[in-house]
Amino acid sequence: MSAISSYARALAVDGGRAFPIATRRHVHIAGEPLVLIPLTMAGEANAPLAAMVGTRRDDPALLIVPQPRNRDLRFAFADELAAVVLRYVEDRTRQGIETYGKNQDPRYLDAPQLLVPNPGGVGFVRLFGRSTRFRRTTGEYAVSPDVPLLGRWLSFLAERAEHPGSSALLPMTSALNLHWATGQSSLEDTNLAATLGWITSGPDAAREAEDPTVWPPAGPSTDPTFDNEILAPALRQWDEGRHERARALLDRDLRTQLEPTWRLMWQAIDLLRALPAGDSVDARWTEDRNEFTSYYMYVNSGGYPQPRRDQAVAAARRLQRLEREQTAFDATLALDDPLVMANYRVTGEAFAGTVVESEPDRKVPGDKGRRVLRPLLVVRSDDPLRLTVGTDVVSPGRRKQVAKILEIDGDRVTLQIEKGMTVAPTPAVGEEITYTSVFPEGMQSPKLPTAEDTPWTHGGPPQPYVASDDDAREVWE
Amino acid sequence: MEPATQARLSQLRGNAPAKRHNARTVAALTGNPGCARRAVLDAAGIDKNALAAQVGFPAKFGQSQFAITRGNSFEAQVKANGYAQLVRMLRETLGLDIEEVGSKDLETVGGNESQELRHIRARQALQAAVEGREPLTFLDHPLLRLDVGGNNVYLEPDLVAFHHDGVLHVVEIKSFAIIDDQADGSKVAAAARQSAVYVLALRRLLGDDRVSHDVVLVCPKDFSNQPTAVKIDVRKQLIILDHQLTRLARIESLVELLPPGVSLDLATHTREELLTTLATMEARYEPSCLNSCEMAYLCRHEAAGCTSALGATVREELGGVETVARALELAAGRAVPSVEENDAAAMLRNTARIYGSVAPA
Repeated sequence: MSAISSYARALAVDGGRAFPIATRRHVHIAGEPLVLIPLTMAGEANAPLAAMVGTRRDDPALLIVPQPRNRDLRFAFADELAAVVLRYVEDRTRQGIETYGKNQDPRYLDAPQLLVPNPGGVGFVRLFGRSTRFRRTTGEYAVSPDVPLLGRWLSFLAERAEHPGSSALLPMTSALNLHWATGQSSLEDTNLAATLGWITSGPDAAREAEDPTVWPPAGPSTDPTFDNEILAPALRQWDEGRHERARALLDRDLRTQLEPTWRLMWQAIDLLRALPAGDSVDARWTEDRNEFTSYYMYVNSGGYPQPRRDQAVAAARRLQRLEREQTAFDATLALDDPLVMANYRVTGEAFAGTVVESEPDRKVPGDKGRRVLRPLLVVRSDDPLRLTVGTDVVSPGRRKQVAKILEIDGDRVTLQIEKGMTVAPTPAVGEEITYTSVFPEGMQSPKLPTAEDTPWTHGGPPQPYVASDDDAREVWE
Repeated sequence: MEPATQARLSQLRGNAPAKRHNARTVAALTGNPGCARRAVLDAAGIDKNALAAQVGFPAKFGQSQFAITRGNSFEAQVKANGYAQLVRMLRETLGLDIEEVGSKDLETVGGNESQELRHIRARQALQAAVEGREPLTFLDHPLLRLDVGGNNVYLEPDLVAFHHDGVLHVVEIKSFAIIDDQADGSKVAAAARQSAVYVLALRRLLGDDRVSHDVVLVCPKDFSNQPTAVKIDVRKQLIILDHQLTRLARIESLVELLPPGVSLDLATHTREELLTTLATMEARYEPSCLNSCEMAYLCRHEAAGCTSALGATVREELGGVETVARALELAAGRAVPSVEENDAAAMLRNTARIYGSVAPA
């Protein structure tokens, strides 16, 4: 939320359609994303009921669990889902590999991208990953070897989803709400059909989206009336031993629940693809490719499944990294997109205006007594100026050229260029320019101790994590 | 409650039987204490679900039979065999040395018993337990009473109170899972709010020092049906609840505002008449009502064009201006701001200018 997005919401109410809050696309949309719409059974702990999944809009696979309370049937579903997900993951590595950096580290050219309808879908992926990654492939309750592997990949993707700027696992509503402001509340925005209704049509479509008989919920929860009137009788058929009949009914009924959302997912993909990508989208996706490559290699070298809980130092490191990524994400979005930068102009952390004076050849005495080049310029701006004298600022078109504010007089800001005079010419008189104090690398993090030096306040040095039989020996009944 | 108020509320309800409050509805009431419409409808015991459907704005939170079945079977399992699983958990998980297990189910004593009688019986049993006159560890389904806005409401509780060393604890059994010691934050918060309602009702009955602010939440562990227990400190929820209940406008004063003789009897009034009557009760819609109140879709319809319908944050960021139309007029400089609107207008004009300078046409 920001003043700009709230104002755009007001415009949307008045105009009867969503208003843009971004001019560029800030998420990566893969050439071949894996779309997944999971449904769960009400009352149970993340018990899968069905899923529609696939990489092609005209060819979705429908997976169903004919009795979600039955453990074996749940894992049969996990096995079927694993076949789809693991093949998709393997296919990413076939797109080729490159090396980078001074160590010539390997990096796959592609990475998996999982698209789900809403934040609830991300929750499903996380919990389903958790419930499958520790399962054993031998002994009592043995599952197919693909099941724990699926669990690890789903856990990997769910973990990536927490990183700001990652596009490895995206909830579609959040992706859309990053680019458009609707005329409804953010609570109502989590309804995919309603959000798309505002973007493509108007408030009537958004209202219609709330009718579960027209637009079934996009999961993971199902419509209670559907549960009571359609699902319950079908499951009863299964319980009474008429398995073929039950499967036929469920196949038909669950398809009607999932297909509308399937179409919406691809409509949303089209909308996002139509926006030109922001300059930093590729760099952020490269980070996703890096993480994918290292996890792929870790899994293939026989690494352990992700632990149930992070240890103290790992958790602190992770938190620090998430904060750093958030700062970088917020700043690069603004530098990539004038409509995002508008947020900072409203709060006074940026200003836009016209260059009215420019002295590219100005020299001042430096620290060592020599005269050094310090170009000067004056920008006239209508924006509220809340930055203070002495602040370092950059401009979206000249991110490596740092200027310092020397003086603010009414609507005139005097700046001195401090660094990067050669990367771009000094802005000339008459040029329109924006400056901001928001830097992608702005955040300084304190140094954390190594795992061996974990202080006693955080439990002392942790025991190295070894996946134990305890993890697998979970009660299921 | 004054007999006159009681009579007005009963007239408002008409011939339909009164709906009972429960901990969820009391907790929800304190979530939006400024809503007079909800306060009056709840005090009169009106079936909001039926009313909302009748006026053409049905509520959209039905309950799945799967969730109900699972909730009931989990509760039955925890209480089965003389509370065997519960005792084990309280001993092992919470380290309590419970020796004897006496219990009493206070749900019914055969036949139709008035709420008043059930409540008295619950009070006697609870008092006997905390004073040590009866060796009772578990007290199931005691009927509690709480003053809500001058209206005595009975809480149809679905709880076990357990007694240990002269202090009662509330046990809340919920069927959402605790996975790796973590559970859905919103569900835990809702459970804590509901438990606080029971703690408050018990404290009003027995005295503050007789009822612990630590409630015991029992949930399925990980992906199994095995129960696990955690203690939740509800002191914060108690303070909020107590504060909101004392702040709740006295129901008498809200009832006095109603036009004389009005009724919301679904059997005898048309949709238009019902809507006219509802319009005399001021609602305070906010988006979170959609998750907690049956009337929300009607109120949202009425609130169309208000900035608050977009959420409290949006309203604030639009300078607290009440309607979208006014905010946009001020933003475009088409309206002259009042003295109070001056700051908001300047902010809005600036936002509109900056948005307009960069937004695609």
